[in-house]
Amino acid sequence: MNGNYIFSLITVVVLGLLAFFGTTVFGLQYLFGVIVPYACVIWFVFGILKRMLGWANSPVPFRITTTCGQQKSLPWIKQNRIDNPSTGIETIIRMILEIVLFRSLFRNTKSDITASGKVTYIWEKWLWVGALAFHYSFLVVIVRHMRFFTDPVPYLISMLEYFDSLFKIEFVGEVVGTSLQIGLPGFFISGLVLLAAILFLFSRRVLISQVRYISLPADFFPLFLLMGIAGTGIFMRYFSKVDIISIKELTMGLATFCIPDGAVLAGLSSVFYIHLFLVCILLAYFPFSKLMHMGGVFLSPTRNLPNNSRARRHINPWNYPVKVHTYDEYEDEFREKMIEAGLPVEKES
Amino acid sequence: MVDVPKPEELIKVDNKPPAKGWMDVPPDISAGKYPYPAQPKSLKYLDLPNPRDWSPLDDDWQLPENWKEIVHEGLKERLDKYRSLKVFMDTCVRCGACADKCHFYIGSGDPKNMPVLRAELLRSIYRNDFTAAGKIMSLFPGGKRLAGARTLTKDIIKEWFSYFYQCSECRRCSVFCPYGIDTAEITMMGRELLNLLGINIHWIKDPVSNCFRTGNHLGIQPQNFKEIVEFFCEDIEEITGVTINPSFNRKGAEILFITPSGDAFADPGTYTFMGYLLLFEHIGLDYTFSTYASEGGNFGLFTSAEMMKRLNSKMYAEASRLGVKWILGGECGHMWRVINQYMDTMNGPADFLEMPVSPITGTKFENAASTKMVHIAEFTADLIRHNKLKLDPSRNDHLVVTYHDSCNPARAMGLFEEPRYVINNVCNNFYEMPESTIKENTFCCGSGSGLNTEEIMETRLQGGLPRANAVKHVHDKNGVNMLSCVCAIDRAVFPPLMDYWVPGVDVTGVHELVGNALVMEGEIERTTNLRFEPLGDTEGDSDE
Repeated sequence: MNGNYIFSLITVVVLGLLAFFGTTVFGLQYLFGVIVPYACVIWFVFGILKRMLGWANSPVPFRITTTCGQQKSLPWIKQNRIDNPSTGIETIIRMILEIVLFRSLFRNTKSDITASGKVTYIWEKWLWVGALAFHYSFLVVIVRHMRFFTDPVPYLISMLEYFDSLFKIEFVGEVVGTSLQIGLPGFFISGLVLLAAILFLFSRRVLISQVRYISLPADFFPLFLLMGIAGTGIFMRYFSKVDIISIKELTMGLATFCIPDGAVLAGLSSVFYIHLFLVCILLAYFPFSKLMHMGGVFLSPTRNLPNNSRARRHINPWNYPVKVHTYDEYEDEFREKMIEAGLPVEKES
Repeated sequence: MVDVPKPEELIKVDNKPPAKGWMDVPPDISAGKYPYPAQPKSLKYLDLPNPRDWSPLDDDWQLPENWKEIVHEGLKERLDKYRSLKVFMDTCVRCGACADKCHFYIGSGDPKNMPVLRAELLRSIYRNDFTAAGKIMSLFPGGKRLAGARTLTKDIIKEWFSYFYQCSECRRCSVFCPYGIDTAEITMMGRELLNLLGINIHWIKDPVSNCFRTGNHLGIQPQNFKEIVEFFCEDIEEITGVTINPSFNRKGAEILFITPSGDAFADPGTYTFMGYLLLFEHIGLDYTFSTYASEGGNFGLFTSAEMMKRLNSKMYAEASRLGVKWILGGECGHMWRVINQYMDTMNGPADFLEMPVSPITGTKFENAASTKMVHIAEFTADLIRHNKLKLDPSRNDHLVVTYHDSCNPARAMGLFEEPRYVINNVCNNFYEMPESTIKENTFCCGSGSGLNTEEIMETRLQGGLPRANAVKHVHDKNGVNMLSCVCAIDRAVFPPLMDYWVPGVDVTGVHELVGNALVMEGEIERTTNLRFEPLGDTEGDSDE
């Protein structure tokens, strides 16, 4: 099973080397700095649309809500309106909690059988904590990066950066002072949390034998890709001297379709190109991978429907007539016995 | 039947995954590990494909010539018809949160009983046949495997047969999945695909064909159904002195009552049936039984959506023919999944019926406004709330009761408080099992979805371990000696499960407890309960 992550690791390393040699040896800065990013963004947008439309095209024939609380029934029985919603609003609240707080994952337990033969269940919160840490730090990192595509930088992004860098660590402050020129000293907690969360998710895949057993290369590849992205990002910010002015010149150029001249592209560090290329790969990979769970969670019929199919009829667009055994056929077979037993019949004899 | 190991051996569950990857581990299809296949006559009666005599032990399962195409087209059709399937095929991230939520995994340690891997059995074919990633990766040597894809083979069909019949479609995993992926949905589709090839099991197809013909799973003919119920009435008369004359197929009754036929057939379900009879007599309900729609359950659910619809159609057809106002449904698990989530959509609209209103209390059951079918626990809870029942709960004082939430009423409906309210009003000693094993976290009996067949007893006992272990907990701690439930399959399979894992705990339906507690008008002093077991051990039957 080791092959699964070694293959993924090698793939990510090869991709990184591709960007490195492509820009340092072959002078393909325009390809890696302009063409690939555009192509991947277009691919990403259309890929996601295609996938979402593909899902949306299949109907929801039945209302298969998974109910995790008391149903709405008698007026004096308290309904669990979040876990067993019966209206649209309640369902939306359920979905928001699911999407924003990973409510289902919060329930996670770990079961075990003790030596004395007792099956036990303990609350297992670490996957939930790790998943939240990963997704939110990633979100903050993405939003922070919007400063590269906006000029002037919107107040909200600056605010986010301010809060993200609130936790200052002494020695980091010194490193920062020497390597960055964007005027915001400090250490972004989000980057560190992101990398730590990725490492956590990776290690549980490797260390927990059951999770290792179910893991595919497609589970390791995005983790390595993100490690590469976060690693090069952190490296650029805190350790290497990247020319942040030129990078912003390029990114603003991409955002405004006004590409800077070749000198700017040629002057950018190869670490930046590796970072950018891995991000592009992530975008291109996204629509065809399990990363689409981001879209799928919105469309899951066990979560996004109210449990009200007894109160309001749910329509199945492909409902079709089926062969049934009618009462007449039934009575035809059993009429004599029914009459004999004194059961009422439609037709005597 | 193959011998079953002793409990102290069976509980030593080895959950260390095998050294080989799951794609390289063949299923164990040996005696005792597979349910018997369906007989050709059942398939023929139902016009289902590929009826033949075969055995899972055979090397050649006599699949149709174009079996590969059938499965491919069948899967394609279902992907186009069910968003659930498509989304569930695509969104799993294999986080593993579902793994130890499955009772079959907890009890067997077999990694393919982790819901995630059960789904991967189908997903791997889906990736190969229908996804861009799978197709591109297939171009490289070894790429298929890296993509988690594989080409469909006859061995995979055997694997599907093994594992889609080791899932009881209880939906516990879907509670814990962050994307709500429901393995029941995957298993249902997997079984539909197998059905297209004529791979079915006897324990499902026999009841289905019986139900199609006679109106109930057990094949009870109309005159016998009447006899059985009359026999219950004789017992009731002997125990209570009250004469009950229920009606059958009576036009113009206000309510049609439908309950699983299992309760007409075998103990302890029969006592629950007697409980219904007593309750309806007590309140003077204007109701009738139907011999044509004499089945609440629906084993079609375990076969295909189409078969579910074919069987379910009888409920509305009969309600319409008899001209009743609404339908009352008895205690059954999967029956209520069908009624709550499928019936109206499939066979509605039931515009010939009226909004269910309790004739005794006047309560409008607005939650059933469209389907027009009310659960007996809802109905009885409402009666008790309005003080319409004369109850002597002390008659159940010799019982220390716990309650098992049946999977489907729990996770496909949310029927939690109604039965508990009823139980708490008809008996004095009630204890809950641990939180993580009740309500939405409830554990399957291990034999749901048509798996309650003798030949796979070991698998059933493994699957029933988490439930039984929770019963054992309250048995040891609180002296629980009675496991109550609202499911006919539960009533059929819990007795052997309890005997094996928790000897000393008996099984009852909620309405058996009701029947014993009801003080009937003009009744004689009861000396026995509905099981003809003597009352008064605790001398508590003279209250008030």
